[in-house]
This record gives sequence, C-alpha cells and structure tokens, in this order.
Amino acid sequence: MSTAAPLAAPIVALTEAAKHFGPVRALDGVSLSIFPGDCLGLVGHNGAGKSTLVNVVNGGLAPTSGSVAFPASGAATALAAGVRSVFQELSLCPNLTVAENLRISHSALKGMNWRAPARAEIRAALDRVFPGHGIDADAPVDTLSIAQRQMVEIAIGFAPRGTEARLVILDEPTSSLDAGIADQLLTHIKRFCAGGGAVIFISHMLGEIFEVATRILVMKDGKVVAEKPAGGFTRQGLVDAMGHVATEAAAAQAARLPGDEVVRTPEGLRARRGEIVGLSGLAGHGQAEALARIYLGATSSWRSPREAGMVFVAGDRGRDGVLPLWSILRNASISILPQIARRGMVDRTREAEIVAEWKKRIGIRTEDVTNPILSLSGGNQQKVLFARALASAAPVVVMDDPMRGVDVGTKQDVYAMIRAEAAKGRIFLWYSTETEEVCQCDRVFVFRNGEISAELTGDAINEERILEASFEMEGA
Amino acid sequence: MRIFARYRILLPVVSLAVVLAATFYMQPRAMSYFGINLLFNLAVPIALATIAQMMIIMVNDIDLSLGAFVSLVACITATFLSDSPMLGVLILLALVLCYAALGAVIHALDLPAIVVTLGMSFVWGGLALFILPSPGGASPGWLRALMTVKPPYIPMAVCASVIIALVTHLLVIRSGIGTVLRGVGGNARSVERAGWPVVRLKALAYGLAGLFGVFAGMALVGLTTSADANIALRYTLLSIAGVILGGGEFTGGKVSPVGAVIGALTLTLAASFLSFLRLSPDWQIGAQGAILILVLTARLLFTRRDAEA
Repeated sequence: MSTAAPLAAPIVALTEAAKHFGPVRALDGVSLSIFPGDCLGLVGHNGAGKSTLVNVVNGGLAPTSGSVAFPASGAATALAAGVRSVFQELSLCPNLTVAENLRISHSALKGMNWRAPARAEIRAALDRVFPGHGIDADAPVDTLSIAQRQMVEIAIGFAPRGTEARLVILDEPTSSLDAGIADQLLTHIKRFCAGGGAVIFISHMLGEIFEVATRILVMKDGKVVAEKPAGGFTRQGLVDAMGHVATEAAAAQAARLPGDEVVRTPEGLRARRGEIVGLSGLAGHGQAEALARIYLGATSSWRSPREAGMVFVAGDRGRDGVLPLWSILRNASISILPQIARRGMVDRTREAEIVAEWKKRIGIRTEDVTNPILSLSGGNQQKVLFARALASAAPVVVMDDPMRGVDVGTKQDVYAMIRAEAAKGRIFLWYSTETEEVCQCDRVFVFRNGEISAELTGDAINEERILEASFEMEGA
Repeated sequence: MRIFARYRILLPVVSLAVVLAATFYMQPRAMSYFGINLLFNLAVPIALATIAQMMIIMVNDIDLSLGAFVSLVACITATFLSDSPMLGVLILLALVLCYAALGAVIHALDLPAIVVTLGMSFVWGGLALFILPSPGGASPGWLRALMTVKPPYIPMAVCASVIIALVTHLLVIRSGIGTVLRGVGGNARSVERAGWPVVRLKALAYGLAGLFGVFAGMALVGLTTSADANIALRYTLLSIAGVILGGGEFTGGKVSPVGAVIGALTLTLAASFLSFLRLSPDWQIGAQGAILILVLTARLLFTRRDAEA
C-alpha cells in the first residue's frame, strides 16, 4: 500500500469539492488526488483559496458540495487517514511543554506513564527533521523562540503519533525559519516522500517549491488554474500562472543624498532620513528585540508626544497587529485617529476617506471596508497593517518581518511603496528573514547573538556577506 | 533571583513560610499539633474551593458563583444529606452535572463566563435561601468524624491539604487528560484541530470544578456543624486570590494545583496572623489585599528580571 507506484490508491481524493462562505466562493470545484510519494507544491496569491483547500483536505471545513475521500486508508476522517497539518500561524499551546504538546495530538498515549514515551517520540521526531536542533522536550513552549516553535510544530506533524503520517500539509513552514533550518526541512520532505509519504507544500518562496515539489498546483480565485509536474514550469511561467507579472527586483537604487541621522541606538544602529535600513541575520538573534526597544522607547513612555514619531508594522499579526473584533476600516484608521479628530471626536467622514484612499493605493481586496478584519486573507490583513502605518505622518516606520506569508505580487507592490515613501524622507527599519527583502535596503545591520556583527551598505549587501556575518563566529 | 521565575512554585512556598514564621513569632504556642490544626482547619474547604476555581481559570474562564455554590452545597449537606443521604447525594450529583452543563453552554454559545456565573450566583444563592432560610441544619455524623479525625503526628488540616495537592497535581499536571485541559486554556484552537471535542473538555473542566465545589461545601459543614445560606460568599474572591497567589495566571492555562493549595493556606493564615497582630477586623480585608498585592508585585518583578536576563 505504501509503495510509490502511480497505480496505488490515492491518500486523499477530492471530487469537485467546493466551499462557499455566503456569496464568496472560496473554493470553486476542485478535483485533486494525492498519491503516496507525491510532494505537491501549492502556490497562488493571497486569497486564492489555498487555505480553504487545505482545510477541506484536513477536515477542518466540510465542503459545501463535492466530496473528500481517503481511499488508501479507507478511513472516514482526515485524522484517521493520517492527514496532518502544520499551520502558518503558530498553533501550539504555549503553556505546555514540548512533550505535552505532542500529547495533545497523540491520543494513543494513554495511562499515567505517558511522559517518557512522549519525550522519546518528540525527541526522535525533532532529531529526524532538524538534526542538532537543541530543543529540550521538557521546555515550556513559551520559552522557545518563534523559529523553535515552528520547528516543534513541524516535528509534531511528522511524528508517528500512534499511527503513521501519510500526508503532511505544510502551510508556509519556512516563513520564520532561517535558511539553514529551512534546508533541513526540505531535505526531510524529500526523504519523507521517497519513503511513501505525501506532502502538500505551500510557500511563497518559489525557490523552495521548485526544490522539493514533484507536482505544482497553481490556484487562483478558488480554482486550480494549472497543474503540472514541477519540471513543466519555469519560475516566470509559475508567476504568470498565478496572475501576477513579477517585476525583477528593482535594481534602480536611486543614489540619494544621505539625510540627517534620525535614529541612533547605543548598540550602534543608525538610520538617516530617507533610508531603508535592514536588520538581518539568523532568525531569533535579537533583531525583533532591538526593534521593540527602539519602538517602545520612542512611543510608549508616559511623556511621549501625542503625535507618534514612529509607527510599527507587525509580522506576528495575531499577537501584535490585528484588532480581531474590529472592521477593516477601524483597524486601518487607528493610527491616525488623533490627527483627524475634531475637538476630541473622531471625524468619521475623513476617516472613511483616508481609508478608502489607502484601500485603493495598497490594493486591499475587499468589497466593503466595514467588513470584519478577519474576513480577509492573511496577506490582505497584512496590507491593512501597512495602510495603518503608512497613513500616519510618522517619519519612522518600524517593520518586524512584515512579509510573512505575503504573496509575490503583493511583495512587489509593497517594495515599490516603501521605496516611494522613503524617497519622501521616511525612514524604514526593516527586520526580515528573507535575503531578497534585505537586499532592497540601503543599509543592513546583521545581528548575531543579540549584537550587531556587521554593517553593510550599497553593493556589499548580498546574500554571501550577510550569511558570512551571521555565521562568522558560530564555528569558533 | 532567576530561580523564582524558573520555578514558579517557589514564590508561593516562600510566602507561606514567611507568614508562618511571622505567626509563630507572634504566637509561639501555635507551634503545636493542636495549634497548627486550629490555624489551618478552615483552610481545607478554602483549598478545595480554590482548586474548583483553578479548574475554571485553567480553561480561561472565571467563576463568580463559586461562593454562592459552596454555600448552597453547605445548606444541602446540612439538611438533605444529613436527613436522607440518598436524596442528598443525588442532589449534589445533579449540581455537579449542572456545572458541567454550564461549561458546555458557555462554550457552545460563546458566552462570557464572567456574566453567566455572576447570574448563576443569584440562582445558587436563591436556592440556598429556599432550602435553609435561617442558619441551622446539622452535619452528618460521618462527615463530622472525618473532619475532626486526629491522625498521629500530623494534624488533619495538613494531611488533607497534602492529599488535595497530590491528587489534583496528578489529575491536572501529570495525567494526559489534565494536560489536554490545560491545552484548552493555552490554545483551544490547536486542541480542537487535534481532534478533541472542546465542548466536552470544557464541560469536564466545569464538572470537575463543580465536584471540588461540592467537596468544599461538605468539608465546611463538617467543620462548622451547621450551615447558612451566606456561609461561604467570600470564597469567590478568596479562591481567585488563592489561584493567583499560587502562581496561576488568569489566562493561558497556566495553573498550579500545589500552588493553589498553598495559596489558600497562605490566605487563611494571613487572616489569623492579622488577628494575632490585634488588628481590628475592619482592617483585615484590606490587609489581606495588601499581602496579595505584595506577593504579586514580587512575582512580577522576578518574571520581569528574568525576561531581561
């Protein structure tokens, strides 16, 4: 049964599966079979229906019409069929230890003495996927870094958990991992598929898709618009199929006169007017903390001025960004309320005007900005957070890995917007885990162990130099 | 000092030790089998109520009806359970199921627990007044015997506290189902995705709270030998304070049963200590609050320092 022969029964088979949310056709009749040994790369821009497809496959959503079956195992539910999901937003219980989190999704661990086997299993799973991970099975999850949590989540996805993982769905698994760890994951995915497992791999990093996927499925507006073996696509062809014309990374870095120095921190971080300053290095080496110190120091003191000099774009939307109960409008306008208030009362008309303008400029895909923010896909929520920050008059914009889970087209739009805003004299402090983004910057500080290990400018900003500065001392 | 942040149980233990040392310093005669039992025996129902509250806080809710519920149980214990035990047991069982159903309803309809339990507190209070309009009733003989038992060397109150702490530690921290319940507090969505019926888990947590609430009411009647519809109203706030004092947090499923029991002991002892100081009872509630704020401040300082380190 677990042979990779093409005639084996599919692990999961969708026939004309559709899912409607009211009038919205999030999934519009998709037929798909996943066989043992398949590694399916799933691409599409934000709101194309990838998450809905995943949720229909893993049983999180029942299809409005069509059917989902698990022929290989004959099981009725996705869980019993060995379908596992690792979600984009972190979904561990932070109050429990690593081993206890395994217990949550491992109902076969029974009796009073379940701890030792749970520890052994999660250790083995972590060792298999991420050799040399250095994560303690008894550490509470809230003491781990975001990257480590993501690693634990992935390991739990691949762990046997009493049965056997047949199909593991990875939704943007590498978004908070640095390159070395991401490579370990890709290697493991190949090994897993060679052994008769199957993977659905969702990523906005096309390089990763091409590296692991055997088949690539392109989605657009709830439909599958292209499905071919990975070799049948070129990078450009893939981007075109998604419906975006990718502009090659803007090479025209207009030589600008350096402005006055506005930001300066004791650890040596400096930024001038009109500059885009990148914070780079391996994930979890103090970049986010440095940003938080700068931002909170400037805005959150008792005597901070009413008109904030800095605004913040969150990367961890659920934790730092979105106000989940509010509408898109309110979420976007909160940063400008003091400026547009008249005698302490919010000017509703101006608020609506400003948000409508930003909706157009930044391309938030919604019919009505009074819809709740959670009705948007992840990438569009992120656009709202950009709108919130850019709508204010603040000269400094702090961005904490803001492109997590944002599609290629949106990224290009945002890059252009950042360039344009910087040209007007704004300063961007930009932490990113992706080298491509860091290369958009005028000046890059590479962090290692909470300290700045290198400052790069101009032509010196390239992947090689950044990696060099991230690793230099680690071997010693 | 990072040790306090790493081992959250240490701070409750140290708080108890400090208050205990101060009490013994003020009143050395309390340092005896009889003295300790006297100091702590009223802590047993409070500890049970604190555990009940902890079960609710564990799943990110809060129970404002606990005091009224314990009073109602006390009234039933002093009347029905003592006159016709079968009927009494059935009523108490029904109350536990009521609590479980409340948990299910709160989850299924996505109601705020704070409002529902506040409303239920009036229901419980009304029922208690209905059953026992004026103070009275009698404790069942076996219950009285159980609560006044004199084990060798170690006083009943200490024995009972240790047993409560051990049993609930096994149940909540060590057992698989306890871990899943704490997971509901930590991240209910991930528990749901793993295939657990969260509504049943919430019902279980509330049912456990009801069960420990029933134990608390029974223990209280065993000590006081009679009941009153308002006998345990202050348990609501005492139990919440006990959970927090014991290292628990209001959200996120971070609870410690051992800490909760120690918190309950500390709060009871603090009241006696203030009496030994000859502080007027008018000031005692305020002074208890001050102790609570002191401990919480200490905890905050330690965790903050740890975060910086």
